[in-house]
Amino acid sequence: MNTVTELIKNLADQHGRQRNNLLPILQGVVEQEKYLSEFSMKAIAKELDMSAAEVFGTATFYSFLEHKKMGRYIIRICKTISCSMKGSNQVLLAIEDMLKISLGETTTDGTFSILQTNCLGFCHQAPAMLINNEVYTDLTPEKVREILSMYINKIKEGAPNEN
Amino acid sequence: MESKIKIKINGETVEVEKGTSMLEAAKQVGVIIPTLCYHKDLCVAGNCRVCVIEVVGQKRLSPACATPCEDGFEILTNSLKVRNSRKYILELLLSEHNADCTRCYKNGNCELQRLASEYKIMEQDFIRLVPFKNYTIDKFSPSIIKDDSKCIRCQRCVRTCAELQGVNALAVAFKGDQMKITTFFEKALNDVICTNCGQCINHCPTGALVERNYIEEVWDAIADKTKHVVVQTAPAVRVGLGEELGFEPGTRLTGKMVSALKHLGFDAVMDTDFTADLTIMEEGTELLTRLKKVLVDHDPNVRLPMATSCSPGWIKFIEHLYPEHLDILSSCKSPQQMFGALVKTYYAQARKINPDKIISVSIMPCTAKKFEANRPEMHDSGYRDVDYVLTTRELAIMIKQAGIDFNRLEDMHFDRLMGESTGAGVIFGSTGGVMEAALRTVYEIVTGREVPFEKLNIIPVRGTEGIREVSVKIENPLKEWAFLDGIELNCAVAHGLVNAKKVMNSIISGQTNYHFVEFMACPGGCLGGGGQPIPTSPEIRQKRAEAIYAEDAGMPLRKSHLNPEIIKIYKDFLGEPLSEKSHHLLHTKYVKRGM
Amino acid sequence: MKTNFQLKKVDFIFNNENDWEEVLSKNLNRSRQDIINELISSELKGRGGAGFPTGLKWKLSADANDETKYVICNADEGEPGTFKDREILSKVPFKVLTAMAICAYVIGAKEGYIYLRGEYFFLQPEINNAINEFEYYCKEINFDFSIKIFMGSGAYICGEETALFESMEGKRGEPRNKPPYPSSYGYMGKPTVINNVETMAHAYTICNYGAKRFYDLGVQYSRGSKLYSVSGDTPKPGIYELELGMSLSDFVDEFGDGDTKAVQVGGASGFLVPRKKFNETTIGYQGKLTGISLPTGGSMMLFNSSRSMYNVLDNYLVFFHEESCGQCTPCRVGCQQLLKGIKSVKNGQKNAQYLDKLLQLAETMQFTAKCGLGQSVANSFSSIVENFREEMIY
Repeated sequence: MNTVTELIKNLADQHGRQRNNLLPILQGVVEQEKYLSEFSMKAIAKELDMSAAEVFGTATFYSFLEHKKMGRYIIRICKTISCSMKGSNQVLLAIEDMLKISLGETTTDGTFSILQTNCLGFCHQAPAMLINNEVYTDLTPEKVREILSMYINKIKEGAPNEN
Repeated sequence: MESKIKIKINGETVEVEKGTSMLEAAKQVGVIIPTLCYHKDLCVAGNCRVCVIEVVGQKRLSPACATPCEDGFEILTNSLKVRNSRKYILELLLSEHNADCTRCYKNGNCELQRLASEYKIMEQDFIRLVPFKNYTIDKFSPSIIKDDSKCIRCQRCVRTCAELQGVNALAVAFKGDQMKITTFFEKALNDVICTNCGQCINHCPTGALVERNYIEEVWDAIADKTKHVVVQTAPAVRVGLGEELGFEPGTRLTGKMVSALKHLGFDAVMDTDFTADLTIMEEGTELLTRLKKVLVDHDPNVRLPMATSCSPGWIKFIEHLYPEHLDILSSCKSPQQMFGALVKTYYAQARKINPDKIISVSIMPCTAKKFEANRPEMHDSGYRDVDYVLTTRELAIMIKQAGIDFNRLEDMHFDRLMGESTGAGVIFGSTGGVMEAALRTVYEIVTGREVPFEKLNIIPVRGTEGIREVSVKIENPLKEWAFLDGIELNCAVAHGLVNAKKVMNSIISGQTNYHFVEFMACPGGCLGGGGQPIPTSPEIRQKRAEAIYAEDAGMPLRKSHLNPEIIKIYKDFLGEPLSEKSHHLLHTKYVKRGM
Repeated sequence: MKTNFQLKKVDFIFNNENDWEEVLSKNLNRSRQDIINELISSELKGRGGAGFPTGLKWKLSADANDETKYVICNADEGEPGTFKDREILSKVPFKVLTAMAICAYVIGAKEGYIYLRGEYFFLQPEINNAINEFEYYCKEINFDFSIKIFMGSGAYICGEETALFESMEGKRGEPRNKPPYPSSYGYMGKPTVINNVETMAHAYTICNYGAKRFYDLGVQYSRGSKLYSVSGDTPKPGIYELELGMSLSDFVDEFGDGDTKAVQVGGASGFLVPRKKFNETTIGYQGKLTGISLPTGGSMMLFNSSRSMYNVLDNYLVFFHEESCGQCTPCRVGCQQLLKGIKSVKNGQKNAQYLDKLLQLAETMQFTAKCGLGQSVANSFSSIVENFREEMIY
């Protein structure tokens, strides 16, 4: 059996198969897979006995439930006012420059994706970003380069590549 | 609980039931409030905001459709604030809408256009958003065209697909400015679980969902002198067509319709009701055969109930959602496809026409029939059995294009050979009709007596309840049907796919013990089909149903097996029901589609 | 209303929570009516948006006749410029849990949920630890109540209470029509109390010390203290608990950088106050400025003279046109028109009078949108355009 299928079955066992268990299941798949594929959404629909279109419609409502293939590390830079005032755009440019991809893209090795997001709730420590679920604040171009280098080194040192 | 409350609408006091919506209350005093997302068939959404009204003392306006009246409310439906807000909302909708009305298929029958006209939205101050959007048009389905640039996001189609049909092929996706009505991963309707029932079209206020029309193709065929163009008309068309031509709902126009079709230039005008009668012969015999296989032979490969197969929306539904249960379907083709197979064989032979030269057109209350005619299985005549399927609406368009003054038409009769029908064929157009027609014939085959209901009217299977049941006890059968003696034939009728789903689930779980079930995809059966005139509502469908049953009551023959042309076709061509030839031409197989 | 009101720092929310067990036990021994009366007399109003009286909210759900009821803590803090709920949940989670339990006791609920925004995923383990400890104590004292965290997934609108219910039910977070209200028809169609994190923390204080201590703070109609999330052009960004009723000029004296041009009160859905109006503006529930707005409050964002108000408005409108759920016409299309409209005026495609049409549009959105999001876009739009019109044009 496909591992995603297993994952979805396990999640459904854990959370339940009612409609109100849909979000935790979607989140569980995204936690592991970083995005919801057609295959995943169909499997979830089947598991919860609902239409695949409804799963798709629900998932696409939520910014963190991506439905396009994403990198292992999703960088989400806050673009809302406080962060923008404190230079989130320069931080974004530094990231794009370092990873050689643009906003919305994923590195060819499938490691990083860059996205923008709305207010992360760290306006007093702006600019802020998330890498997966980790928050980084008071960013500068220099600081963000250090953070990314740390991730890149971590991968080089052989953290297992899930993709 | 007696709970009347008093409210004032535009100064006039009115007493209403507690919980009545402001929209309903206003209607009671003859005040019309414009609506777009509201539809009588559907739950209240309250999202278009066109129906906003002012409650005196409240700063914000309230949506009349979604707000219950409260005692002492003073409501203004036409204050300056209301008028200005409504105008703004209409302007907003138009700014997001491809308002190229003259090039729109729904031009003249569009609720947004009508409101824009009423409110005289003349200027376009707001920025046109259409060029900024990545609107797409889905033309891949043989039945339905979905044009996102015409969509106003009222979600009537989504609610229809969910609440009436239980299909949920359409869903709301994304949010904010990106929010749209779409399918799973924005695929073409043809590539998802869409049943092509067309109910979304019937409930769409604009031109975002329309039937794929074949009007020009049919005009071309008619104009081609080398072609013999044959047309068949489904039972429900004759009670719906009038609505498109200025008649009240429920007007029966069979004779005028035949006359109009002749004026349009069809070479032969015949009746799907004929093959409806034929379906009864085949399906009724099939039912008896299955009953025998189960009850007498204990054949492990056959099970009950047997489900009807004349509604192509229902067929695609079961193929998608219950692919493991296709064996319960009758193998009978729908009347349209039986007709198609016979036109290019039986009719061609009898009239000595090369089937190659025949163009077979059908007029259907249905959009799923377009898909059905397009199925690769439907070539048993050696040709495509039905070349073009037009909806009732498309026929009305042709009649108008031809400049026919419908009122002045003489009543005419269908052409012979496949034009004769009985009342049993007519009632195919209504939910419960196939069941009633089948029982009239089957009971008589088995017992030699008429079905034991007054004037052949099997009232329990008629009506608008989503699921209806009837049991008919078989007593003193003829000798060859002795195994049925004393058996209660449990029958059920379901219309609207959401009800079909309930019945299917009850069958699978073993909660019910039916022998025979009629399934119709559309609410009300074919008379409420996705190809019928727009608007639709429970009241309109009720009127059409009354017309169908009146048509039946007025027929000299009301049992399929008495149709002289049916007797003739078995004698001259088919042999007997379920004969080899019947199997070849009139029966089919189904496809496991899944999700 | 008081004038010459001094900015008064308060320390209720983040002070000692170690007495939570005592507070819980103590309140479970009071009569339900007693607790409701206490809350009503404190005049605590919801710190999450509409400022609905908390005591009345609990009473309505307590009076609802249903076996199943829910208590939900709204931790979907998404308003730009707001970050205080995160701080409450990480520093004094037991206050929130205790208040939820007291509420459950008052209304007769057995299940509680914390709807935590997806952006705060990292808080989940800490809160879960607190919940485990809390539930253990509840068992010990034979109080039948459990709390679960429900994670959001990045949707601002889910802070709107009925959208939040929809989201918890596994659907798109689209606000419902009201009535019916949550007190009779909330999560899963059951009577539900839904309070913001900060409201719960204040309820804890009131249930602990009594209404008077809370009521004595603030001014008429705006009692108690409030957490403010201070950001933007300020030398001391952060979270501050201040008495309600302060004047904006006092606030700017304390937090400004000496060059404050305007303050956005209440986040993107709040109001922009220009320098000339600092004196006449007080922060509270009375009057036009509520100091809080949907879906969570207390955002104070300072702008100095280097900032373009056009850019600020543009940023807000980008936010709204993305975060609108999209279901109702005024909000979905209105936000797009406002955003495109100010751009067109700025680049000269539309003349300056078009701003008046946009102001009318914003007003129409306020009258006709289905929920607080669409209704409050007009707040920032009108206050920015009216006060900084020339910045919109040139």
